[in-house]
This record gives sequence, C-alpha cells and structure tokens, in this order.
Amino acid sequence: MRRGPSAFNLAAIGFGLTFLYAPIVLLVLYSFNASRLVTVWGGFSMRWYRALAADTQMLDAVGVTLKVGVVSASMATLLGLSAALALTRGGFRGRKLLAGGIYATLVMPEVILGLSLLLLFVSAGLPRGFWTVVLGHITLGLAYATVVIQARLATYDRALEDAAQDLGSPPWKSFVVVTLPVIAPAVAAAWMLAFTLSLDDLVIASFTSGPGATTLPMRLYSQVRLGVDPKINAISTLLIGMVAASVVAAYLLQQRRGSLRRK
Amino acid sequence: MSLRRLAALAPFLWLALFFAAPFVMVAKLSLSDTALAIPPYAPRIDWRAGLSGVAMFLRGLDLETYARLVQDPLYLDAYLSSLRLAAFATGVALMIGYPLAYGISRCPPALRRALIMAVILPFWTSFLIRIYAWIAILKPAGLLNLALGALGLAPVAILNTEAAVILGLVYAYLPFIVLPIYAVLERQDTNLVDAAQDLGASPLAAFWQVTFPASVPGAAAGALLCFIPMSGEFVIPDLLGGSDTLMLGKVIWTEFFANRDWPAASAVAIALLVTLLAPILLFEREQAEAQR
Repeated sequence: MRRGPSAFNLAAIGFGLTFLYAPIVLLVLYSFNASRLVTVWGGFSMRWYRALAADTQMLDAVGVTLKVGVVSASMATLLGLSAALALTRGGFRGRKLLAGGIYATLVMPEVILGLSLLLLFVSAGLPRGFWTVVLGHITLGLAYATVVIQARLATYDRALEDAAQDLGSPPWKSFVVVTLPVIAPAVAAAWMLAFTLSLDDLVIASFTSGPGATTLPMRLYSQVRLGVDPKINAISTLLIGMVAASVVAAYLLQQRRGSLRRK
Repeated sequence: MSLRRLAALAPFLWLALFFAAPFVMVAKLSLSDTALAIPPYAPRIDWRAGLSGVAMFLRGLDLETYARLVQDPLYLDAYLSSLRLAAFATGVALMIGYPLAYGISRCPPALRRALIMAVILPFWTSFLIRIYAWIAILKPAGLLNLALGALGLAPVAILNTEAAVILGLVYAYLPFIVLPIYAVLERQDTNLVDAAQDLGASPLAAFWQVTFPASVPGAAAGALLCFIPMSGEFVIPDLLGGSDTLMLGKVIWTEFFANRDWPAASAVAIALLVTLLAPILLFEREQAEAQR
C-alpha cells in the first residue's frame, strides 16, 4: 500500500518551493517595471532591457564571462571524467587521497580557495587576468564535475565494456565506443554545472582576476553595492531565462528518451 | 605507464598544484609581516643568496600576525559569530529542508522527479542575483513591508541585520540540504513503514522509529554540506548583513582588498581552515560510507 502525499507533505512542498521561487519571480516581474522604484508598478516596459543593450561595460563583462566559462568548464569536465573513472575503478593507491581532495574542494569556502590561489599565482610570478580566473574555475568545476560523473558511473555495468574488450577491442576504444555514449548525459550535465558555476562565481574571480578580465558577477557586484538598479533585474532575467530553458529542455529530452525506451 | 594511469594522474596533479600547494602559500604568508611593497608582504625568499637567503627568509617568519588576531576582539567576534550564524542557519535549513525532502519522497515517481528538478533549478541560476533579489524584498521601503502595510501590520527592519543574513544563508543553501535527505528517503523501502503501521504503530511513531533513523546519514551529510561553506560565506553577509554583522569570509575579503593586509587575511583563512578540518573530515567519511 503506497499512500500519496498527505496534506502536511503538500504544505511542506508548497512552502519550500514558494520560498525558493518567490524572489526569482519578483525579480523577473520587476525587470519589466517602467518605474525605477521597486515598490511602485509603473506599467509594463522594456526600458531596462534597452538600457542594458547600451551598457557596453556590462556587455564586455558578459563576453569575458562566457569565454572563461566555456574554457574552464571543458577542462573541468575532462579532468572530472578522469577523476571519476579513477575513483570508481580504483586500482591505484592515491584513490582515497584523490576523493579527499575532491570533497574538500567541494565544501571549501570560496574565500579560502580564492585567496590561496591568488597567493600561488603571486609567488609563481604569474600575471593576473583571464587565464588565472580560468585556472581557478577549473579547480572549482573539477570537483563538481567529478561528483556528477561518478554518480552515473557507480550504477554503470562495466560488463559491457569488458565484453567489448573480450571481443578484441583495445581498452581506450571500448571506453569511447561503449561506455562514453552511456554516460554522455552525465558528462553533459557535469559540463553544464561547471559552466554555471563559472558564470556565477564572484569570489574566486575577484581574487584571481586582473585588469581587463572583469567578469559579469564582478561587474554586477559593484553595481549592486551602489544600490538596486532595474538594469540588473533585466540582465538577471535574461540569465535565468537562458538557464531555465536549457535545463528544462535537457529534462524533457531525457524524459522522452526514457519513454521511448519503455515502448 | 598505461593511458589509464596517466588519466588518473591528471586530476591528482591538478589538485596537488591548485588546491594543496596554495595552502602552503597561505600558511607561509600568515607567518609573514605586512610591508609597503608589491606584493605587500615580507620576507620574501632571496633565491640569489642561495641557502643563506632561505635561512634569512625562515628567520623572518613569526607568529606576530596570529598574536594580533588573538589580541583584537574583532577577529574573535567574527570567528564566533561565523560559526554561530552558520550553525543556526543550518538548523533552520534542516527544519525547512527535511519536510520538503520528505514530502517529495512521498509523491508518485513522475511528480517526484519534477519536484526535485524544481528544487535544483534555482541553484543553476546566479547566486549573486538570488541574493540581490532579497534586497528589494527586505529593504525598508521594500516589498515585504509593502505587503505588511497592506495587511495593516507594522513594518519590520530586516535588511542589514543578522536575521537577513540567516535568511539569505538558508535560502541559498536549501537545495544542498534537500538533495542528500531526499536521496536517502527515496531509496527507503516503504514496506518497512507499512509493516510498522500494520503492527499497530501510529503514523507518527512509524515515522520516528523507522523513517527518521534511516534518514539521519542524509541529514548529516546535508548539514555538513551547508555548514562548512556557510561559515566562510562572503556575498551573503556583505549584501544582506549590516556593518555589525561580522563573518570570517567578510573579514578575509576586507583585510585583503580594503586593508591590503595579506598576512592577516591569510592568518584568518588558516584559523577558519583549522576549524573546518574536523567537519570536512566527517563529511568525507560520510561520503566514503555512502559510496560503499
């Protein structure tokens, strides 16, 4: 006998989701507000989007952020994939140490990560800028990518890959042809997560960035400190829309593939 | 060396170079003194002098910065209030997150997947933006007070107080607490609960004696996943807290960027790191057990 959710369950879900979404919904709503004041609804307007399009500093920051995100997410996913393989397949002595490093990176306060990376770059004499931010974001993304891919590999039946090898396929080929397609959704999710983290990070970027490499969160932060600016609502709405669309699309795609398989 | 070995080595070396080695730098700098130089600290190793340069450098290190931290009550206050706020916020997040995770786990499978998706989704949108959204809600002439006024209630001043910081912490870290609890509850065999009830346990007793004990590891993992990063949080206390809300993340930031006191920032980071060592190791043990 499986009971459905009780009234208490539904209330908990309702409260939790309202708490999570209310600020986001308000933010999106007010990005279309003609009035500058948060508490006054001045009618629907695209005014802040037009102001945003004219803000070249902000658009430059978007460009830098996207570049940092793509480069660091790709590297982080590659490293995360090999870390996840090493962790699930074991066979080497440093396994526990690697797992320890991954989880420590995952929970480490960003201020500590940022400060320590900066000190490393300074003592190595590395000029701060685009690439130092990328190095920092790879380190952060690597931990998350590993966890996501590892979770998928844990339930993957390796017998398939072994069978391919028994049939004479070399190890790397059986991995690429047999295993990789199966874990591809997790690898894609890992990339997305690393990309999002990079897009979002203020603290590590602030510590490791240099002149000419101001990322969007850094720009947003300096604006936010000056007070509420409806232009920020506009760019936030665009970001939220982008992320929501891609996540929902990925979800629907997976659902469809799932239901096709069941047929 | 096989290709596989080489592939395993890459993330290993990466973490050694960009995660472990930097901590040595932080430790070293925490023993240095501030100086009017670029970068603003001394001593630095004079490699041209060879071994004697290294010896000179080692003699230049001292515990002066730590002595300063202990003497100035500001640091101790920040230290204690970081841990207090993080612990309190973790408690509140558990009280909201546990019922949420439990409620979702009792839904039919298709709905469950959609709901858990809905919990994760905000995490994918910008952290900074989500915290910023709260400013518009909490500020004196903000939406919360507008709503309270419409209900005929007195306005509240929350922004720039500790209450706002706790609210922000709970809000930002809620998904981190829901997911591990949900993962445990979803795997649980509901037949056990049914069996307990068939044997005469009330639903509440069945929950406390069957479901709850089984979910403790998930709740513990979630709590640690929140508490550790919360205690070093910078953005939330900076944007939502007042000037009297002290947290170590903010202290490190201020020492570094505003005061250009790199040794102090490093020493505070080391103090925080040492404090977090036990929770981090506990979290790693939990994860290692969950893998098994």
